[in-house]
Amino acid sequence: MKSLILSALLTLSATPVLACETFTLGDLTIDHAWSRATIGADRPGVFYVKITNTGSADDALIGIATPAAGMPMLHETVVTEGVASMPHAMSIPVPAGESVALAPGGYHGMLMGLTTALKEGDSFPVTLTFQNAGEVVVNVEVLSLRAEGPDCDDGN
Amino acid sequence: MRRRQLILGLGGASAALAFTLGLGWWQSRNRVPSSAALLPLPIGKMDFALTNHRGERVRPTDWIGRPTMAFFGFTWCPDVCPTTLSDISGWLEELGPDADRLNPVFITVDPERDTQQVLADYLANFDPRITGLTGPLAEVERAVAGFRARFEKVPRDGDYTMDHTAGVFLFRADGRFASIIDYHEDRRFALPKIRRALT
Repeated sequence: MKSLILSALLTLSATPVLACETFTLGDLTIDHAWSRATIGADRPGVFYVKITNTGSADDALIGIATPAAGMPMLHETVVTEGVASMPHAMSIPVPAGESVALAPGGYHGMLMGLTTALKEGDSFPVTLTFQNAGEVVVNVEVLSLRAEGPDCDDGN
Repeated sequence: MRRRQLILGLGGASAALAFTLGLGWWQSRNRVPSSAALLPLPIGKMDFALTNHRGERVRPTDWIGRPTMAFFGFTWCPDVCPTTLSDISGWLEELGPDADRLNPVFITVDPERDTQQVLADYLANFDPRITGLTGPLAEVERAVAGFRARFEKVPRDGDYTMDHTAGVFLFRADGRFASIIDYHEDRRFALPKIRRALT
């Protein structure tokens, strides 16, 4: 049932270049919310996003939640002596006046326990929780498994 | 002062012990220790027998005669592996016809989950010239040892993930090691390195 609701949600909200949509929460601007298609629902999905803090106070991303996955969490890819590992990130700093990107090879959301496979062109909501600014829901566009990011007009 | 050093020392030692206890027992038994300083063996000196995603048996000597580009990973990997396979696919396209002379291989470090069919389904999303390799864990370990690479099974939230060498290895057509494209290296250096291995 849950996956039925989710797939209805995924189908209805699918639009192209959704990943270029901008969301704001106080002094935070959030865009480039995207994910990669998965083969089946057994493998973890991934969540990438860019957060810009235009304010004068530091903030931090402390959690993510989504109906698309039972166990979403924040991770960071760390390469030590050539070996890649993915430790948990308890909190991702978003300093005043700076942008932080959850992007391939660095911080990312790991979506464990997917309720359904993520298909290219679908979208799903993710709630971002910040230490100070609170919560905001963003729409995440599913790009291909090969994608390295969305093609937005801003050249990012 | 001495007391503070002692406390710091004890703290460090217990943290190190906790880390070792937490991770150590899961480490792959045949992991090559402190291999970072060692160069990969020439392909002709490697010794392993794996199966590719088309079901064919592959031995390292089969690779002699073509420059090889090799990457270790696993298909359950959400970030590093799709990113690198996407990079490799992009490089192959940019190289044009020269890329047909290359032997690009993706060797799984998670043969438990990455069967031949799983690899075939996964690689269908990337450049079709990339060959996936899997096989018994012992053979994967022999391949990893030949490359002087490393991998480690890490328990994670009731499941597991794999830590693994993330660089892309380049070998010349005669099997000699050429260079590594490091994971966090500027991607502009990748194509020149590949072209050098092709000459």
